[in-house]
Amino acid sequence: MINILTHLGAYFLMLRKAFTKPEKMKIFFKRLSVEIELIGVDSLALVSILSLFMGAVILIQSAYNFENPLIPSYAEGVATRDSMLLEFSPTIISLILVGKVGSSIASELGTMRVTEQVDALQIMGVNPVNHLVLPKIVAGVLIIPFLILMSMFLGIVGGFLATLITESVSTTKYIYGIRYGFEPYYVVYALTKASVFAFILTSVSSYHGYNAKGGALEVGRSSTKAVVYSTIVIILFNLILTKLLLN
Amino acid sequence: MIEIGNISKVFGDRKILSEVSMYLETGKVNMIIGQSGAGKSVFLKCLVGLVETDAGEIWYDGRNFTDMDYEKKKELRREIGMLFQGGALFDSLTVEENVAFPLEMFTKMTKAEREERANFCLKRVNLTNSNKLFPDEISGGMKKRVAIARAIAMNPKYLFCDEPNSGLDPQTSIVIDNLIREITLEYNMTTVVISHDMNSVMEISDNIFFIFSGQKWWEGTRADLLKSENKELCDFVYPSSFMKEYKKRQH
Ligand SMILES: Nc1ncnc2c1ncn2[C@@H]1O[C@H](COP(=O)(O)OP(=O)(O)OP(=O)(O)O)[C@@H](O)[C@H]1O
Ligand SMILES: [Mg+2]
Repeated sequence: MINILTHLGAYFLMLRKAFTKPEKMKIFFKRLSVEIELIGVDSLALVSILSLFMGAVILIQSAYNFENPLIPSYAEGVATRDSMLLEFSPTIISLILVGKVGSSIASELGTMRVTEQVDALQIMGVNPVNHLVLPKIVAGVLIIPFLILMSMFLGIVGGFLATLITESVSTTKYIYGIRYGFEPYYVVYALTKASVFAFILTSVSSYHGYNAKGGALEVGRSSTKAVVYSTIVIILFNLILTKLLLN
Repeated sequence: MIEIGNISKVFGDRKILSEVSMYLETGKVNMIIGQSGAGKSVFLKCLVGLVETDAGEIWYDGRNFTDMDYEKKKELRREIGMLFQGGALFDSLTVEENVAFPLEMFTKMTKAEREERANFCLKRVNLTNSNKLFPDEISGGMKKRVAIARAIAMNPKYLFCDEPNSGLDPQTSIVIDNLIREITLEYNMTTVVISHDMNSVMEISDNIFFIFSGQKWWEGTRADLLKSENKELCDFVYPSSFMKEYKKRQH
């Protein structure tokens, strides 16, 4: 318990050091664009493929389950859209990004820590947390919601493509379904979640990487910890946010 | 000049430094020697605030470093150049970008001016034609030289080197040692060098401080060192029976 509190305290202290005015805005924006590329652009392919296939699978599964004549024939479209919007895109994609982005953030910072690069920054009179961590958090919060938005769209496209190979669902009914009773609030809801998850993912992973001690072994460990703790915190906040936002 | 008054450091229940006082002169190479694990690196990290001291004071030219808050320390650190034991180059930046990094961060120089300064510093350490390489593409000795170039890029008043020639061949060691000595004299810096290499001690040191069991056991010049009869110091300087024999014959 005391251990958790110490970590929590250290985590918030780190955030306070991160959210200070950068030494030079020009360098901050340069770092930011690098991070946007690392976190966002490099994840495009993974997120696209996952979303397309997930959308297709959700459609095929609901077609299989909804064979009852009482269920309207556009229900598969509604189901695919809502599953993507409400849960798959914001939560599952975030969790997958934890594995990809979180572990790479932690191992990058961990390596910099154990090879004394962080100390070197400190000695130059740079605030290392601000210089290294802030661009990662800002980049994540800016770019991950875009990935999530793209994932929703591609999931629905995936469902559409699946109708072409599934006899029981007609393409026109699917298109009717995805427009039926559309709640724009679901998108707001998903993007709110995505931003919060992006913040958790980048900051918790940075915390574990930045506080790595020792050698290469510890860097690996910190990267594992980053994934485990980011996942736990995201799942916890998923519950809290769902309760708050959907009531 | 740096004055150190009675600094102590405890890790857990292990006393690493106890009441170490020193007076490190400007324009001189101040060398700190001692066995592996004696606390030399910890001492240097205390000097620059990477490790918090438990007691004592550190004064940089009359400015009390121990009392400063984070922002003030940050200001003062811009006058410090430090060479880490492993080089600590930024591995996402090229050699030239590494050297130019502090310039980009803290000066209003244009890109061309920064490149010129970086090239000047790299020439100063006899490193040309490697500007566009990344740290993992150059050798250990080259890394050390890049690290020195980066440390002197901002014209520091204080230069700290943690084992600048560990892991280098004797010839390259001497090149690096002489380089440190030359730039110290040229820019009138207060230089502190940690070493357990007696060659470099004899090559370049002005003042020598011997750390033993967490204390400053002995201090003096090169000439003093040769004459000293301090037992622990002699054991350190003449570790082998061959060297001990040699010393006996000299007397
Ligand atoms: N962060 C730390 N936490 C706990 N103990 C530490 C820490 N840093 C150093 N020590 C201990 O302090 C002692 C002195 O370490 P230090 O690195 O200063 O030795 P050194 O004199 O530089 O040795 P070497 O010549 O091998 O580099 C060692 O026993 C080490 O275990
Ligand atoms: Mg050491």
